[in-house]
Amino acid sequence: MSQQKEWPLWEVFIRSKQGLDHKHVGSLHAADAEMAIQNARDVYTRRMEGVSIWVVESKHVHASNPDEAAAFFDPANDKVYRHPTFYEVPAEIKNM
Amino acid sequence: METIIEKSLEEAFEEKIANEIRIEPKDWMPEQYRKTLVRQISQHAHSEIVGMLPEGNWITRAPSLKRKAILLSKVQDEAGHGLYLYSAAETLGTSRDQMVADLHSGKAKYSSIFNYPTLSWADIGAIGWLVDGAAIMNQVPLIRTSYGPYARAMVRVCKEESFHQRQGFEIMMTLCNGAPAQKKMAQEAFNRWWWPTLMMFGPKDAESPNTEQSMRWKIKRFTNDELRQRFVDMMVPQAEFLGLTVPDKDLRWNEAKNGYDFGEVDWEEFWNVVKGNGPCNKDRISTRVKAHEEGAWVREAALAHAQKRAEREAVNQA
Repeated sequence: MSQQKEWPLWEVFIRSKQGLDHKHVGSLHAADAEMAIQNARDVYTRRMEGVSIWVVESKHVHASNPDEAAAFFDPANDKVYRHPTFYEVPAEIKNM
Repeated sequence: METIIEKSLEEAFEEKIANEIRIEPKDWMPEQYRKTLVRQISQHAHSEIVGMLPEGNWITRAPSLKRKAILLSKVQDEAGHGLYLYSAAETLGTSRDQMVADLHSGKAKYSSIFNYPTLSWADIGAIGWLVDGAAIMNQVPLIRTSYGPYARAMVRVCKEESFHQRQGFEIMMTLCNGAPAQKKMAQEAFNRWWWPTLMMFGPKDAESPNTEQSMRWKIKRFTNDELRQRFVDMMVPQAEFLGLTVPDKDLRWNEAKNGYDFGEVDWEEFWNVVKGNGPCNKDRISTRVKAHEEGAWVREAALAHAQKRAEREAVNQA
């Protein structure tokens, strides 16, 4: 018999309608994936908030470190030329 | 060196708070901020869970199938709200088991309002209208609370809560437009719930030890007294519409402050109920403990089943 008493924690992602991404909505406890999906339906979609559910056991989520966010995202910080507004387009030029 | 790092972390935290940038689970935060949130969010979750009990006992006695379906739905929502909040609290490093244990041992509190009994069907109307009305007043500002997961949980809760208040008001309106005996039921329920509802906003500002720090950290956005005043100003006209009399002889409109003056809450009763001596404290907790203990075998069986299936799958794949 397992020593573990608490059901594992799952992160829940919901697609609110066809054509949109699954979005993180919260978490819940369940014994296995099947139960996690059923519980997610009852906890997070009581008012038609979803047409599809993903669940991932929380321990499998790896995240970037917020304390290093400044350095980590720094490479994108000084590259304004990646945005179209960086470039000058003469007024005569249409449709660009 | 340690203290220099600590100080810059604290400064970064304070800067985020000042600039209305939400704090997220993995961000550094002062230990006291974390503790305050765990206490507040878990108590909020417990309130949702214990809050199912006074209404739950009326599901089988609802006066019509429609009312029964609505009440069932509402109680199910409260369970959902409890779960959103427990999972928000868990992002701070506490566990579900720990929170449940603290509720059952009496270490953690829940809203005292649920320690009052529901004597008639009109109490279900009064709870929806008054208690959920007060809850909304407390909860709407929490959508802007500084801790991200708590704020996001509150968005969901508030969206669902407004049906709760309306169904309660509708029950009251039906009774008030009914026979004299029904009107009397509504008035009696109103009399029972008015003062305990005003207590839901907590002790007076001068006697609320946590308010000041919570306001500084933007966990709370308004003080207890501010919210209580707003609630009274909002509810009195609604009571008048229903033809109900507010059970407060000191209630009168104050033109100068553009709000109502109202009588003093019975603080002795308030502290008594907080300390565990309300009409239903023991009953509520023993009901929770019983349900938890009697459900233990289900939780264990589900885990054992999941484990067995995982093992079988591993063998099949080998």
